[in-house]
Amino acid sequence: MTEYFWLIPFFPAVSSFLIIVFGRKLPRKYIAVQACLAVFLSFLLSFFSFLELRSAGHEAEALTKNLFSWIQSGNFNVDLSFRFDPLTAVMCLVVTFVGFLIHVYSTGYMSHDKSYARFFAYMNLFTFAMLILVMGSNLVVMFVGWEGVGLCSYLLIGFWYEKPSAANAGKKAFIVNRIGDAGFMLGIFFLVIHVGSAEFSAINHALEGGHIAQGLVTLIAILLFIGATGKSAQIPLYVWLPDAMEGPTPVSALIHAATMVTAGVYMIARMNLLYSLSHTAMTIVAVVGALTAVYAASMALVQNDIKRVLAYSTISQLGYMFLGLGVGAYSAAVFHLDTHAFFKGLLFLGAGSVMHALSGELNIQKMGGLRKYLPVTFPTFLVATLAIAGVPFLSGFFSKDAILTSACASGNYFVWALGLFGAILTAFYMFRLLFLTFFGKERLEPEAKAHLHESPKSMTIPLAILGFFALIAGYVGLPIVFGAHLNWFGRFQEPVIHAGHEVHLSLGTEWLLILASVAVAFTGIFVAYILYLKKPHIPHNLVARFPKLYKLLYNKYYMDEIYNATFVNSAIKGSEFVYDNFDLKVIDGAVNGSAASANFFGKILSYFHSGLIKDYALIFLLGAVALLAYLIF
Amino acid sequence: MDLVLFTLLSVVCIGAVLGMILSKNQAYSALFVVLAFACTAGFFALLDAPFIAVVQIIIYAGAILVLFIFVIMMVDVDAGLSPEKKKGTLYLSVLLGAILLIELLIALKAVFTPLGTVGNTSSGSPTDLGHLLFTKYLYPFEITSILILAALVGAIVLVKKREKE
Amino acid sequence: MTPISYYVILSVILFVLGIIGFFVKKDLITQFLSIEIMLNAANLAIIAFAKAAGSLDGQIIVFFVITVAAAEAAIGLAIILMIYRKKKTIKTEDIHLLKG
Repeated sequence: MTEYFWLIPFFPAVSSFLIIVFGRKLPRKYIAVQACLAVFLSFLLSFFSFLELRSAGHEAEALTKNLFSWIQSGNFNVDLSFRFDPLTAVMCLVVTFVGFLIHVYSTGYMSHDKSYARFFAYMNLFTFAMLILVMGSNLVVMFVGWEGVGLCSYLLIGFWYEKPSAANAGKKAFIVNRIGDAGFMLGIFFLVIHVGSAEFSAINHALEGGHIAQGLVTLIAILLFIGATGKSAQIPLYVWLPDAMEGPTPVSALIHAATMVTAGVYMIARMNLLYSLSHTAMTIVAVVGALTAVYAASMALVQNDIKRVLAYSTISQLGYMFLGLGVGAYSAAVFHLDTHAFFKGLLFLGAGSVMHALSGELNIQKMGGLRKYLPVTFPTFLVATLAIAGVPFLSGFFSKDAILTSACASGNYFVWALGLFGAILTAFYMFRLLFLTFFGKERLEPEAKAHLHESPKSMTIPLAILGFFALIAGYVGLPIVFGAHLNWFGRFQEPVIHAGHEVHLSLGTEWLLILASVAVAFTGIFVAYILYLKKPHIPHNLVARFPKLYKLLYNKYYMDEIYNATFVNSAIKGSEFVYDNFDLKVIDGAVNGSAASANFFGKILSYFHSGLIKDYALIFLLGAVALLAYLIF
Repeated sequence: MDLVLFTLLSVVCIGAVLGMILSKNQAYSALFVVLAFACTAGFFALLDAPFIAVVQIIIYAGAILVLFIFVIMMVDVDAGLSPEKKKGTLYLSVLLGAILLIELLIALKAVFTPLGTVGNTSSGSPTDLGHLLFTKYLYPFEITSILILAALVGAIVLVKKREKE
Repeated sequence: MTPISYYVILSVILFVLGIIGFFVKKDLITQFLSIEIMLNAANLAIIAFAKAAGSLDGQIIVFFVITVAAAEAAIGLAIILMIYRKKKTIKTEDIHLLKG
């Protein structure tokens, strides 16, 4: 059965195709069942392939399948081929499992939307593209998936395209991603030129043999990382992700929290050998990741829109993953990716459930005291918040700790300190969100209160399942202090993480680091408790005392405005200049010129077109004479 | 005798065509053409094609030319005459016509000798012709009747005055 | 007997005279007549060749040509009548709708 692992992406593809073609005529129930079933089948197949891979042990590094030769040009070949190795296995499981739960959730969440079929067609298409991305065995196939998820992201952010803000947000995401993709493509081109192939195995082989110059390795690594900053919303290309919250909430959960935005992390983990060879590139990745983690967290502190807080939180958490990648802790980063998929997906779905209950209210200043009204949403949201805040024995704790420990162990103390500071902020803003939403006084609009209700079963059951996994997902990768061989996740990833040079700290230091993380988490929670439950007037005083700082944070450091003023406006000005000078003069000139020249020659020829029958007959006669002359002589 | 008749008829025939060309009056032109067609019928008769000769007289000289004369009567032929501007076309056409004449004669010279004077004695009697027409050429013959019907209907539809006008 | 080649030469002369007539004449009807002369010249040539070949098929062809010519004359004259109704003239110099 597992030799058919390459079918994994095609269930959602077929389903998406059917819905696109027949969607208008199919009943909603059927669409919902088909869409969920397709993703579930992919999940089952991934799961069995995963079991196969696991039982095969180390000797079988990966399942591979070459479907056909796709591009052949000279001695450059690209095959449409898939591979299923431990890294892919983990990604596939997360994508299909979280994807399946979010599909189920969507059947309830979107039940009142008029474009039900379109939504599920896009969601399935997204799942397909994401699976292509993680299963491709060369960079070109991966790039196909990479662009595919970008397209679906665009379509789903702009899902409610009648809203100008949604349409603009989709456009913004698309354009910002193009900038990153340009770097990504350049990186692929360089690799293809110097390796002669885009296959991961060939690239790794060339890198191991040292056939590529050091400077070039750094250049390629940085170019690929630019692609990752676009897709995974890192500084400086993070600006699209907060706006992407214009899309439906399940989309935010699936695409902009759990799966697509982690594509950059996956890509760098996949190319870990390349990155390990370039100290410069590693440092850049780590520093950008750490800065993003703190920077995004600081903006999350003051936002009032529930989804935007989560969006900044996502950027921040992605920053942690890059931090982990940058310090060489590839498996820890992927581990955090997985736990993050569970608890951040859960947070978004919980936020969606809250919005659903409050008829679409997004402002957390107008919530409060909701915990008794939402008996399922509240506990699951609480679990996810505890997990992301880094409270011990939940999933987020283990993965974040693994990253920070590696950062410290690799000697990047600056990065480690930033990470630790970010952790305080994370705990603080998440508990601020939790307290403002579920505790304290009710500040609901009377209208919203009238319709207050817990979400239907199709939404709460996925919440509960995700909550369960947000609790336990961390136990597959226990830190070394609990026993030498408990980090099952790290061992499973070993065949793919070629550059697995683990620096081991003494047990005492490890304990210290863990205690530091715990202390940090509880500090954040405690501060949030004081400020938002015990003495809610303090935040107002703080705002009053530091109005400039507050405004700076609230307006997201004015980054959008700065980008608008510099890049966007200059692009518009440049386009106008080109339009005036090139489009109007050269292109229109050429078009008009060709018309004018046709006119000119037409005038000349029309002299022979007198309209007089005798002239035509004369020419006819001339032709007859000439033809006869030709035949005779 | 034969040659005498041929010479006489050909002189009359060419003269009639020249008369058609040079005559200013369209009705005279038409009558000259009738004469030329009659001469042609004579040639047909000389060439052992009596049936075709009769058909030529009846259809061409009789029916078609009468049609022409009717139209000449119905139409004011001289109306709207604009002065001839391009004499060049005329001279050029005469020149080209002459060249074509020479070319055709050169081209046909090759076949003149084998043509000889007489073919074998195939009779062109109406009986033989009719036999051939209703056996070998039956389908073309029937299709011709459809063609004529179509021409008839077409001509009527074209010329009929429409209610609107 | 008259040589067949005489008939052929006569047919060529008539044909060229028809062409010249077409260019000399200024109204559609006489130009049409010139075309009929050319058609006749061709018929004459066919009959002459048929005589030389000793076959009746040539006569049959001429028979069909005459039939088709009758139909063609009917349609052609109808068109000329229509032109006259529209333009009030049948002088070819005045009819140049296709002038570019």
